[in-house]
Amino acid sequence: MLTFTIRRLILAVPTLLFISLVIFLLLELAPGDPMAQVPLTVPPEVKEKMRMALGLGEPVHIRFWKWLVQFFWIEPQVLVDHIFGTTFSQGDLRVISWQTRSPVMDIVVQRLPQTLSVVGTAYIVAILIALPIGIYSAYRQYSWFDQLGTFVSMVGFSVPPFFSGVLVIVIFSVQLGWFPSIYDTTLVVNSWESFVKQLQQMVMPVMVLALQITAQLSRFMRASMLDNLNQDYVRTARAKGLGEYVVVMVHVLRNSMIPVVTVIALGIPSIFGGAIITEQVFKVNGIGQLLIGAIQANDLPMVQTLTFIFAVLIVMFNLIADVLYGILDPRIRYD
Amino acid sequence: MTEAAKDQPVQHSSVQTEPASPPRSQWHDIWVQFKSHRGALFGACLFLVIVLGVVVGPFVYWNDAKFVPTGRDFIKLRDMRPIYHILWDSGAKMDWAYPLGTDNLGRDTLARLMFGGRVSLAVGMAAMILALILGSLIGVMAGYFKKLDGLLMRLTDLFLALPLLPMILVAAVLFREALSKSIGPEGGVFVLIVCLIGITSWMPTARIVRGDVLAIKEREFVLAARSIGTKPSNIITRHILPNVMSPIMVSATLGIATAIITESALSFLGFGFPPDFPTWGRLLNDAVDRMTLFPERVVWPGILISLTVLSVNYLGDGLRDALDPRIRGR
Repeated sequence: MLTFTIRRLILAVPTLLFISLVIFLLLELAPGDPMAQVPLTVPPEVKEKMRMALGLGEPVHIRFWKWLVQFFWIEPQVLVDHIFGTTFSQGDLRVISWQTRSPVMDIVVQRLPQTLSVVGTAYIVAILIALPIGIYSAYRQYSWFDQLGTFVSMVGFSVPPFFSGVLVIVIFSVQLGWFPSIYDTTLVVNSWESFVKQLQQMVMPVMVLALQITAQLSRFMRASMLDNLNQDYVRTARAKGLGEYVVVMVHVLRNSMIPVVTVIALGIPSIFGGAIITEQVFKVNGIGQLLIGAIQANDLPMVQTLTFIFAVLIVMFNLIADVLYGILDPRIRYD
Repeated sequence: MTEAAKDQPVQHSSVQTEPASPPRSQWHDIWVQFKSHRGALFGACLFLVIVLGVVVGPFVYWNDAKFVPTGRDFIKLRDMRPIYHILWDSGAKMDWAYPLGTDNLGRDTLARLMFGGRVSLAVGMAAMILALILGSLIGVMAGYFKKLDGLLMRLTDLFLALPLLPMILVAAVLFREALSKSIGPEGGVFVLIVCLIGITSWMPTARIVRGDVLAIKEREFVLAARSIGTKPSNIITRHILPNVMSPIMVSATLGIATAIITESALSFLGFGFPPDFPTWGRLLNDAVDRMTLFPERVVWPGILISLTVLSVNYLGDGLRDALDPRIRGR
């Protein structure tokens, strides 16, 4: 298992390098010009100097190398400096955003908590809802509860977040006035009232995100439970005289959780992608909105870094899912 | 003695008799299984209705989607409410000639919904076909030719590890200008979006097709075909492709659903078609700013997107059950 993990970790490095190259070349091929915003009165030779100052004068491979060094060598040093108060990174050039002229990672770190709190809560809520629904639907297959659950998960699967989000805004904040339609990130939680306010503004984005995740997870949970409920060991457990609760909740559930756990791990990065739309609907200024803004402003370093962070998340959680599967299921032996 | 027992001796004799029931074809079996899936039948009907309404609708319907009234007509025709508003608000500004009302420029909502549906469905189908061709090609190549297998599957893994939505957004912005100049604003965006969705959604099809091809390649009929000297290209097109049609068809239906959602998401985020060119996602996006006053403009395109995707998903579910011989007849 350990050798497998190490092998996968080593294999992840060329994958990530290749992905970063693809992202870099995609942005490189694009016909956008970062100098498009500069006034026309600026003479061309000054423009050329500005272009040089942004580092655009170098050939492609040198710029790619410089970006790699900045991202993988200098930024971790900044992180270490920040944690331990050392001065490794002093004087080094970091990845600078063309929009704000400040380091990209600083902005990302500022935006991350908003995304994480909304996405993380949504994911936990979704798991808490999806697992019981999946278990009970499978246990009472073709009952009215199962039919209803299947239908609701199909609907949750099909309604895109930009519609469900807008719909809940129309119903709950326009018609009923229960929740605010805009997520206020400046809110500081220091008293009971502000806590209630924070809860209120989180309800709608979390529900919209959770609906989608619940739909997928409960389908998986149901299918996995159904696979296990007809196995021989379940009959053995019943024949031994074990209670129905123990049979279902201990014997069957533990075995059914194996694929579901990996699906949960695999779903995390795609949730960050899905949060791009939800953040836009509820005006949460998280990473997704940062990406949209950066794309619209032609801020290539920011776009490149953010897209690459998404790629790192995907590769990382794929690895985690594989390793988890091996640990949870002794029948799987990778070596 | 029952009827069946009386017939028994006849069947044992060497005399050829008429079988009790006519032989059933494979497609008949599939249809019987498909019919028994109520959701799938409902989804197929709904999808057909939506497609028909979107394709035939503009020929029957009297208002033009692109007509923008000017002068006094503009004041008179803009911000019309849907006709069902009269049920609870007798003073609402409505006209029987505009069943779903008009938008803030006086354009008819129903006509725009039909026109937008044409675009959304066309994008969905075209992107699905592109993804299917790419996916089947790569899947068959990887499954049939052992030399290409490793390389093509690593490529598939790499594509699966790419952050697709952010990259689609980036590419949609970066290449829009260039394509618009060469093909025209609407055609350019259409080609761009179809290509982007197609290129980023072939991976599941390729994986499934590869798995099936690997299994079918070892069967006797392929060996027989090879032993009489059939060329690989003919083996693939005549013997292997017809046998992997069912997973391809299932991923085709599901592919339409994801393509429509991706296109709408792009249009919703403002990275899709130009503003005067309606698609369902674009209509939804345009209406969000004034949804407190005119919620119906948000609700209708949203319902249409959701219903289309729901019907296609149910259709795919039913097809998967019907085309799988292990489930069929159970």
